[in-house]
Amino acid sequence: MITDDHAASNNAAPLLQVRGLTKSFAGVQALKGVDLDVLPGEVHCVLGQNGAGKSTLIKTLSGINQPDAGEIHWLGAPVVISDPVAALSMGIATMYQELDVVDGLTVAENIFLGHEFDRAGVTDRRQANRRAREIMTRLGHGDIPPTREVGQLSAANKQIVSMARALSHDTKLIVMDEPSAVLDSEEVKNLFRVVRELTRAGIAVIYISHRLEEIRQIGDRITVIKDGRSMANNLPVSETPTRELIQLMTGRDVANVFPAATPLAVDAPVLLSVVELGLTGVFDDVTFEVRAGEIVGLAGLVGSGRSEIIETIYGARRASSGTVSVAGTELPAGSVEAGVRAGMGLSPEERKSQGLILDEPVYRNVTLASFARWARMGFLNERSERSVARKQLEALELRPADPDRAARTLSGGNQQKILLARWLVHGTRILLLDEPTRGVDVGARAEIYTLIRALASAGTAVVVISSEIEEVLGLSDRVLVVAEGRVIHTTRAEDIDEHGVLDLVMKGSAA
Amino acid sequence: MSEQNTSAGRVVDSGSEPHGHDSEEKRSIANRFLGGSAGRSIGLIIALLALFVVGAITAGDRFANVENMLTVIRFASITGVISIGMTFVITAGGIDLSVGSVLGLTTVVATLSSVQIFATETSWLAMVLIALLVGGICGLVNGVVIAYGNVVAFMATLAMLVAAKGLAEVLANRTTQIVNVKGFLDFFRSDIVGVPILIWIFVVVVIAGWFLLNRTTFGRRTVAIGGNIEAARLAGVNVKRHLMYLYVLAGITAGIAGLMMLGRTTAGTSTHGTLYELDAIAAVVVGGTLLAGGRGTIMGTVLGVLIFSTLTNVFTQNNLSTSVQAIAKGVIIVVAVLLQQRFASRSTAKKRAKAA
Repeated sequence: MITDDHAASNNAAPLLQVRGLTKSFAGVQALKGVDLDVLPGEVHCVLGQNGAGKSTLIKTLSGINQPDAGEIHWLGAPVVISDPVAALSMGIATMYQELDVVDGLTVAENIFLGHEFDRAGVTDRRQANRRAREIMTRLGHGDIPPTREVGQLSAANKQIVSMARALSHDTKLIVMDEPSAVLDSEEVKNLFRVVRELTRAGIAVIYISHRLEEIRQIGDRITVIKDGRSMANNLPVSETPTRELIQLMTGRDVANVFPAATPLAVDAPVLLSVVELGLTGVFDDVTFEVRAGEIVGLAGLVGSGRSEIIETIYGARRASSGTVSVAGTELPAGSVEAGVRAGMGLSPEERKSQGLILDEPVYRNVTLASFARWARMGFLNERSERSVARKQLEALELRPADPDRAARTLSGGNQQKILLARWLVHGTRILLLDEPTRGVDVGARAEIYTLIRALASAGTAVVVISSEIEEVLGLSDRVLVVAEGRVIHTTRAEDIDEHGVLDLVMKGSAA
Repeated sequence: MSEQNTSAGRVVDSGSEPHGHDSEEKRSIANRFLGGSAGRSIGLIIALLALFVVGAITAGDRFANVENMLTVIRFASITGVISIGMTFVITAGGIDLSVGSVLGLTTVVATLSSVQIFATETSWLAMVLIALLVGGICGLVNGVVIAYGNVVAFMATLAMLVAAKGLAEVLANRTTQIVNVKGFLDFFRSDIVGVPILIWIFVVVVIAGWFLLNRTTFGRRTVAIGGNIEAARLAGVNVKRHLMYLYVLAGITAGIAGLMMLGRTTAGTSTHGTLYELDAIAAVVVGGTLLAGGRGTIMGTVLGVLIFSTLTNVFTQNNLSTSVQAIAKGVIIVVAVLLQQRFASRSTAKKRAKAA
């Protein structure tokens, strides 16, 4: 409500006006005409699938890219944003998706990186710490000491530091590129609180996210971008139905995001069996089975031990107690190779740092777990590798469908497909998916869901984790609620809703 | 198995339009060539040619003759062999500072009087085997400490540098041991079609290294580990074992280089190979292998080694001191790395632009 007032009261004087922005790279037209109006004190959401041109737009506003054509008006006057320093001095700060803080420096040093307080070249640490504390307090995080090393902070707190840095300049507009991608639901709430603080002080926020639920909560107006063009401008958040947004974004009608579950065959064999598995100090006594064709979800908050459970099952961590068996055969503890050989595959939480070799071609990422299969006497057969990878990627509709492109250049959804392709090519029977749709946009998400369900229907056993409880519930047949390193409840997915899970988690944590 | 799963994946295939394979294929071939090691090496080839031109102009016939060219390559061959091993280690994101001192140790052990007597009684190949074994064992120790002891490669191999040198001094009693096994000297001082055997050994190591890095599962694992060690581990690659193999490989190349050194100097001493590790690292990095790992080029390393040995030769022909040479080397290293970073950022910028 507060935000609505702001938007209304400031209608007369737009902060930022973008008209007909175009930009092409090496013959590829990334932006084909984008308009954008941002008012002081509003949260303006930019919505679009990956590859729609959002990143290019952000980079143009932050001075990294120069547009080919089009105009940018700032406070009513036409401007050229020649480089990031110029953007900052105008009052435009950008928070990038990949956290851009330096782990080895303190909170204060990070905040004032590049514009340190100094006396005759000697940094004035005391003043920096004092100012840092002020800004952090303003963001509701006075509890984080300015002298703390940033490497010791959680992802959420690192983001607060990144935001503090943005505020350390005289900022009028903060561009946030998917700020919630690294946060769990509790942390997102705090982020929203901070964003409301900022807008109340008259600072405008351009908020980029794939999560429509979030935009509903925090946004004032929406601009939808598709294929480098703004499809709709200044849609009021409160009056635009989700269906319309998805349609604008994807160009098609998305009836139902989650595919229907196929009934499990009565005689479906148990593929994965976890018995009293434990990891000292992290989780304890985890027991469950997954049958062929079944999707089992682990629901819980970040820090509940859900990722560690999956990693221990996989062998990436050595269990301190209990056993993991695949199709009746017990696996040795702490051996990823044994897990992979037995038919398990993991799509890890951090796709970029744990899953992909970003500078290697797509096909080599696909065959990373199985390239030795085509090799003879240690000599690779790249032709077979490429053709198998290409076939698999075509089946998954990878875009662009070029197996030689560096994995780095693909969008989140397509990178996720590379990981799925890796295990499909390997012939995996048990898929462990940790955050399968993190950083994946709405249209591509539905595609990933359908794909996961299709794999299950073909006889794969799937274990899935997500920080979006709705996703776990929508995708799974059966749900294990995890809190404080224990499975506190097991139920069929249709018998529980998000509130039910959260209630259980709260009770479990209190116990 | 994979075939069956491919069809599982196809369930979601909603009949998308066929893709333009032909044009894609052509473009990717061009990309692979220009973005591949050949494309990156063009700058190095130009630099090498420029050095030749400078040499030919300043030193005339003394520089530009077949004899001198062979000298340049022979000079490059010993560091060259070490550099090939180093290329693997660096491609995997590691470093081996011990190769020079391990080289010295192998020359000492192979020329111990007991070893030489044994070799005279049996075959000179015994010396070869022992040198390779000593190199391999030093590498194994490095590898075990690094991979299974989780010690940083820089420190582990620095310790080996010091220890191997000390051991060599103890064994040699700080003296120089002359090689007197005839078969050994005959082989390592021979020519094939007028080209010294040392050069042939270098050529064989280069070819083997190229195949190993670019065409085998061993090479693929090496690049994968350097590119993203965690991704490789989670994909089921036995990262620790492979790291150990890599340091063994580097140790064996030090052993080969030690044998070559014995052939050239006919003497074993703990001072052989001193600071060779730095020459090797410089050649590898100037050649275009990323110090951070994930990309390695054997051809680049060969060019890097040749550039340095040609430079030395040109300077020597012009009677310039080794100190001046060292300064020039330093400048070349910095310029080469600067240029490479510019090329690298430009090519990734292009790739990103294509993705946007």
